[in-house]
Amino acid sequence: MPANVLFDSPGPATIARHRIYTVLAVIGLIGVLAFVVWRLYANGQLEYELWEPFLTPAYIEALLVDGLLVTLEMAFSAVLLAVVFGLIFGVGKLSDHAWISWPCWAVVEFFRAVPVLLLMTLVFYSYGVNHGEGGAYWTVVLSLMVYNGAVLAEVFRAGIQAVPHGQAEAAYAVGMRKTQVMNIIMLPQAVKIMLPAIISQCVVALKDTSLGYVVAAPGLTAVGRLIYNQFENQVPTAIVLAGMYITVNLLLTLAATWAQKKFVGEKKPLEVSAVGHLDDGRAV
Amino acid sequence: MEIVLDNLDLVALAFTYTVLLFLIAGVLSMVFGTLLAAMRVGPVDVLNKATSVYVTLVRNTPLLIVLIFFRIAGPKVGLKFGFVEIEIGEIRITDLFTACVVALTVYTAAFVCEALRSGVNAVPLGQAEAARAIGLPFGGTMRNVVLPQAFRAAVPPLASVQIALLKNTTVCGIFGVSEAFFRMHSFTNSEPGERYGIFISFAVIFVFLVEIVSFFANQLERRWRIA
Repeated sequence: MPANVLFDSPGPATIARHRIYTVLAVIGLIGVLAFVVWRLYANGQLEYELWEPFLTPAYIEALLVDGLLVTLEMAFSAVLLAVVFGLIFGVGKLSDHAWISWPCWAVVEFFRAVPVLLLMTLVFYSYGVNHGEGGAYWTVVLSLMVYNGAVLAEVFRAGIQAVPHGQAEAAYAVGMRKTQVMNIIMLPQAVKIMLPAIISQCVVALKDTSLGYVVAAPGLTAVGRLIYNQFENQVPTAIVLAGMYITVNLLLTLAATWAQKKFVGEKKPLEVSAVGHLDDGRAV
Repeated sequence: MEIVLDNLDLVALAFTYTVLLFLIAGVLSMVFGTLLAAMRVGPVDVLNKATSVYVTLVRNTPLLIVLIFFRIAGPKVGLKFGFVEIEIGEIRITDLFTACVVALTVYTAAFVCEALRSGVNAVPLGQAEAARAIGLPFGGTMRNVVLPQAFRAAVPPLASVQIALLKNTTVCGIFGVSEAFFRMHSFTNSEPGERYGIFISFAVIFVFLVEIVSFFANQLERRWRIA
């Protein structure tokens, strides 16, 4: 039985042909890898001195404590605040009163469409410059809160709407009021559906903390910048930084998949578009 | 606000760079992403795995780090784009610009690949089986049954990816392309008192650009919708 919508189960001739393709592909991939390693070697990027900082305990500690830990702190504070922001505006968008739902809609649509960097610049010049050391840190947290909050507002809205209608109808039928229906019936069920999407949003927030570069915020990228400015080892630093971000993000993705399996089951994960009114897609 | 109105030519030039970055990287990422997607869903197992690794690595790296690779680390291993030097009026397409386009392309292509793959996955297996059952050859199955449906399903996520690319072009401003974010930052830097007016005017133009892309995507989706 074919497991694939594109291809039928291969016969003997096709299997033989695929074997040739496989060999060619392996040769090609090894060629590309070899070329990269050779370029690195030929330009002296594999020299021990350039990699030494990443084997020195003091620098490893700086990368992990001043870098990774601060980055994680920023990302998680941003997402926690964003959940609150998203909850207020997501529920606000569903309000029956136009004077509540309309402004909420405008705020959410506006901040989903505006690049985070513009927001960061505004927050920095309004708040960050006057608050010394912590200024840049909170600039990043606040701008990410607003941006991710706007995205999460959409997630909350979609999550609440994904709860079967009968639930709300039954709650009204037993005499609950609108607030009670939302707080006791809809939100607790919606949170389960939304949890994976919220964890995935942590990946986006974590990646975006690196944009703090522009306001000289602390974090992994800032530590990396100090290291490569001191040792002139741009290539190794970039590789190490990327490796660290990738590892943490993969762990977060694993957590999201686990939450999906545990709380949502086989149903399709909740997806909302980055902006506009498209009904599918994923925030990047 | 005044500084924006007094320097409308600079603002226009900045957004020209933004749109250029978006269009060039958009087209290139579609081409490269389609190639990746073809390998990702193709029958050769090794290529499947290789593209999957590429997508995982790139998707989990911040764009800023990708740009650091091409703008700051790249030149150290001889990855320079000095051969690009185009000048059209006031617009100068230099090695900096090219490096940024390459970085945006490399980053966005991974997301394009995933969007296209999700489109292919959205086609029910029964469709292909039915096509084979009535005797359509491989080409016919693809052309008439699978790909039209896959492409329709891929339009909304692709639009999302391209809108994200439009917003991501701002990161190039950090690395010396004088696009919208760069201009907004330098305005705010010289006139901090007008920061709200400056932010609002640039943000509104961005919202407008995003709405244009999303309008076209909606049009495409509507035109290609099957009953």
